[in-house]
Amino acid sequence: MIRALALLLALALPAAAQEVIVAGMSQNRVSITADFDGSEILIYGAVKRNAPAPEGGPLEVIVTVEGPSSPVAVRRKDRVAGIWINNASVRVDSAPSFYAVATTGPLDHILSDVDNLRYGITIERMIRAIGIADEADNADEFVQALLRVRTEEGRYRVLEGKVELTEDILFRTDVILPANLTEGEYKVRLFLLRDQRVIASQERVIGVRKEGLERFIFNLAQEQPLAYGLLSLALAALAGWGASAAFRLIRA
Amino acid sequence: MQLYLPIAEVSVNAFLILGLGGIVGFLSGMFGVGGGFLITPLLFFIGVPPAVAVATGANQVVASSVSGVLAQLRRKGVDFTMGGVLLAGGIVGSMLGVWIFGVMTRLGQIDLFVQLCYVIFLGLIGAMMFQESLRSLLRSRKPGGPPIRRSHVHSWAHGLPFKMKFRASGLYISVIPPVLIGATVGVLSAVMGVGGGFILVPAMIYLLGMPTKVVIGTSLFQIIFVSGFTTVMHAVNSQTVDMMLALILILGGVVGAQIGTRVGVRLKAEQLRIMLSLLVMAVSIRIAVDLLVRPSELYSVAVVLP
Repeated sequence: MIRALALLLALALPAAAQEVIVAGMSQNRVSITADFDGSEILIYGAVKRNAPAPEGGPLEVIVTVEGPSSPVAVRRKDRVAGIWINNASVRVDSAPSFYAVATTGPLDHILSDVDNLRYGITIERMIRAIGIADEADNADEFVQALLRVRTEEGRYRVLEGKVELTEDILFRTDVILPANLTEGEYKVRLFLLRDQRVIASQERVIGVRKEGLERFIFNLAQEQPLAYGLLSLALAALAGWGASAAFRLIRA
Repeated sequence: MQLYLPIAEVSVNAFLILGLGGIVGFLSGMFGVGGGFLITPLLFFIGVPPAVAVATGANQVVASSVSGVLAQLRRKGVDFTMGGVLLAGGIVGSMLGVWIFGVMTRLGQIDLFVQLCYVIFLGLIGAMMFQESLRSLLRSRKPGGPPIRRSHVHSWAHGLPFKMKFRASGLYISVIPPVLIGATVGVLSAVMGVGGGFILVPAMIYLLGMPTKVVIGTSLFQIIFVSGFTTVMHAVNSQTVDMMLALILILGGVVGAQIGTRVGVRLKAEQLRIMLSLLVMAVSIRIAVDLLVRPSELYSVAVVLP
């Protein structure tokens, strides 16, 4: 009994001496206003220990930022009757609208496949594409294309080595949110790793919302589409009449 | 100055949009067309999603047409009866067009469909206009002057039932051809985001035999209501009208149009028509090239509703 207790203590002890993350962000909300042109968010933190740093491999840090997910259709153009048209298409159940992974080092060096699977860290792990093999012959190419297209749009970013770690205690990274942001909750996850294994993690949320005039126009278009359509018309007609009247005045 | 568009959800340069509106307004003022056929493809090129470009293009057409029709009203250049008949067809056509637009969007073929419409209609109209204006330019250079056009040509259109008197146009014809023409233009307005003046004007002159002095005003009259209706339909059905984008385009457009009108009066009608037809064909060819050349990225990603 006592031996069992001692074993339990021995198991629990490293947990007590664990390293935990204390994290902060430069902002926890992003407002999309008329002059919104992307935003840079500073994510920083410290490693809190109540014992000296454990033996083993060096400390590594991974920071991920994940935008709201939605199902997407990936379409491939083929030449049909001389013109390039969307031909084959694959539906991916869920893909994040934005995903950034910043690390202290190359991902395949600091993260094991097991923990990647468990925590879902790399972009590939975030795309849920179950059963797409039935939809097209080479479904994997479609997932690769999704990654490529979104990377080119600046929506998916792998920032290896972009987390600065000082004295194994302080870390910081900058993540740029592009101008083509989707509204919603952006999940920020921070991972501490040693020997390719996650030893601590932490979550934060950034709220991205349209504000001011953008909010007003968007809401009106969604909630009162008829009124919105009529208002657009009235503004257009007014502008047309105003221009004609103004130039008649100038001419007169 | 970067500006985030609330509906298109892209960040664009406000001065670029203002400039686009201005240039298209200048051309439309010079040639007397709405300019929708230029605005919508230009919006595609700068990255506005096609659905938003088409719906917002329709909204912009309303503004330029209102500006134009007021000038025509003062000159008594609007045949309201004919406008009303065209409009009746136009509303039906617009509803059909918005429906086609929705179906094509769901099938993932809306880009192709819109592009094909542009290539076919602009190509055809441009080529016809070019041929016709080149001929009349050559004719005007020959001695003897242009041949006299008969004001009243009896065609197949006169044999149809439901005849009506169109006083301002001096016509007594069946309502079926104008309703059909109106409907065709309505469909194109909804699908291509254009006013359809480039089809309506030749159709009124050559198919209905309307006198030139009421053609532009009547076509503008019908375009205001059909594009207006299309705008509201798109706003209600797919929430794709971007008010902010439309207002900047309109602002640039109305100023450009007034300047264009001044330049236009200094040029000969035949020269103007040849230039317009070249412009129309250039837009058609530019879009055709996109369809024919292998794209650098074969795959595209679209968010679908769950």
